[in-house]
Amino acid sequence: MSKILGPDDVRRALARIAHEIVERERTGGLVLVGIADRGDHLALRLAGEIAKIEGVEVPVGILDITFYRDDIGLSAEAPEVHETKIPFDIAGRTVVLVDDVLFTGRTIRAAMDALTDLGRARRIRLAVLVDRGHRELPIRADFVGKNVPTQLSDDVRVLVTEVDGEDGAVVEEGTTGSALKETPAVAGQEAPAVAGQEAPAVAGQEAPALAGQEAPAVAGQEEGA
Amino acid sequence: MNQHLLSMHDVSAEDVIRILDTAESFREVGTRVIKKVPALRGRTVVNLFYENSTRTRISFELAAKRLSADVINFSSGGSSVSKGESLKDTALTLQAMGADAIVIRHSSSGSPFQLTKWVRGHVLNAGDGTHEHPTQALLDLYTMRERLGRLEGLRVAIVGDVLHSRVARSLSFGLVKMGADVTLVGPATLIPADAPQWGVHVSHDVDEVLSKLDVCYLLRVQTERQRLEYFPSVREYARLFGLNRSRVSLLPEGSLIMHPGPMNRGVEIDSDVADLPQSVIEDQVTNGIAVRMALLYLLLGGRQGEAAAEVTDG
Repeated sequence: MSKILGPDDVRRALARIAHEIVERERTGGLVLVGIADRGDHLALRLAGEIAKIEGVEVPVGILDITFYRDDIGLSAEAPEVHETKIPFDIAGRTVVLVDDVLFTGRTIRAAMDALTDLGRARRIRLAVLVDRGHRELPIRADFVGKNVPTQLSDDVRVLVTEVDGEDGAVVEEGTTGSALKETPAVAGQEAPAVAGQEAPAVAGQEAPALAGQEAPAVAGQEEGA
Repeated sequence: MNQHLLSMHDVSAEDVIRILDTAESFREVGTRVIKKVPALRGRTVVNLFYENSTRTRISFELAAKRLSADVINFSSGGSSVSKGESLKDTALTLQAMGADAIVIRHSSSGSPFQLTKWVRGHVLNAGDGTHEHPTQALLDLYTMRERLGRLEGLRVAIVGDVLHSRVARSLSFGLVKMGADVTLVGPATLIPADAPQWGVHVSHDVDEVLSKLDVCYLLRVQTERQRLEYFPSVREYARLFGLNRSRVSLLPEGSLIMHPGPMNRGVEIDSDVADLPQSVIEDQVTNGIAVRMALLYLLLGGRQGEAAAEVTDG
């Protein structure tokens, strides 16, 4: 396991993203929506930074995208759900979605569908702390804390003090299912697990570490999409 | 979670917490302008109702629709059942049409269990005879936890015709499982003989228990299920066990009045009592949708059973 961001890196990255958001989007009609269950904490931090810079309180909501996932029914158990709390109308606002790690893009696709059901935002932007590549959908981030080249089979995790006791980001190379929480690795032999968004599904224990060719990370895209 | 929900014995205390927590998230969906999420797109839920029902059937239908599942409502009246089709043949027909879950209400105890032998999908018991009604029990547990903040240690009286009540059975099992203190109250003729083995207390005097309650749960007097006279008259029942204003004044501050509906106003509950602020009967109905969404989601949101998997993969 190697550390890619320490507490200071996280603080600086969030401060920079906050400046960029203010510069490009201004704060009129701006709202932040964090994707549970790390993005919501990052969104609150960003709101704090924006308050320091501009002296305005930007509304912050929490979005749970579970119901919009494209892999429901592919893992053994139904994915765990969290509560959505967006106590304001997003119609006509500029919504900055905030997530911890941008990977396949499937979480963001789900988040945009969820937002669309909540109202017609004027525009939707995306801010992430870590972009680790390996997109499976045509999605990119507008604000990025750090770009991190990774193997498909790596497990990248962002830590926030509120949940994990410290700030940072770590990469675990070619991991086993141990670190997974949301999608208990469906260690299907022929059918390597589903690429759950939060929990980039890692194939079974024996799965080759160098991913890519041998380990088609997303099984059942056809059924799932 | 088991593949089916037939009885409160099918769920562990841990499952109950998971169901109630999941329902919490689904309740937020019910407050949106667009009260619908795509979680169960492409799944088919059949409501197979052999007995009349308003709230349970509509609640299940709304729950499935808010999850974007396709819903088929089947009631015995307008179907081939009136031509003499057996439950088994009906079940096999539904199976052949690709039902992923069957919600069944039937006047015979045990028919949902029977159904699980014939179909591959999930079976949810929406009330079978005088046996169980687990989704009602779960929505009641949800309502109690929401209003009172906990289940453990809650003092709950279930008052009325316990003998014929599937609600009372499921709710007792659920409450005992969650560590609540349950007292069944009613005339001796309407308390099942084996009740002490459920882990509950029994009383025949409602006035004696009221002052020690967090929840007073009233059962409907079910004249349609009674073949014999279990009590002399409805008027006597109302006088001895009906919840009226003066009995409500014995209840501690902050306690709840609950009823699974439909109410017989003036029998087990006085009309003005049903409309008091501590009566949470409408909350029960609202929460029922979220709890049933949670159940359908938890049962249908995972990979489908071995048999089903073989069929789709092959």
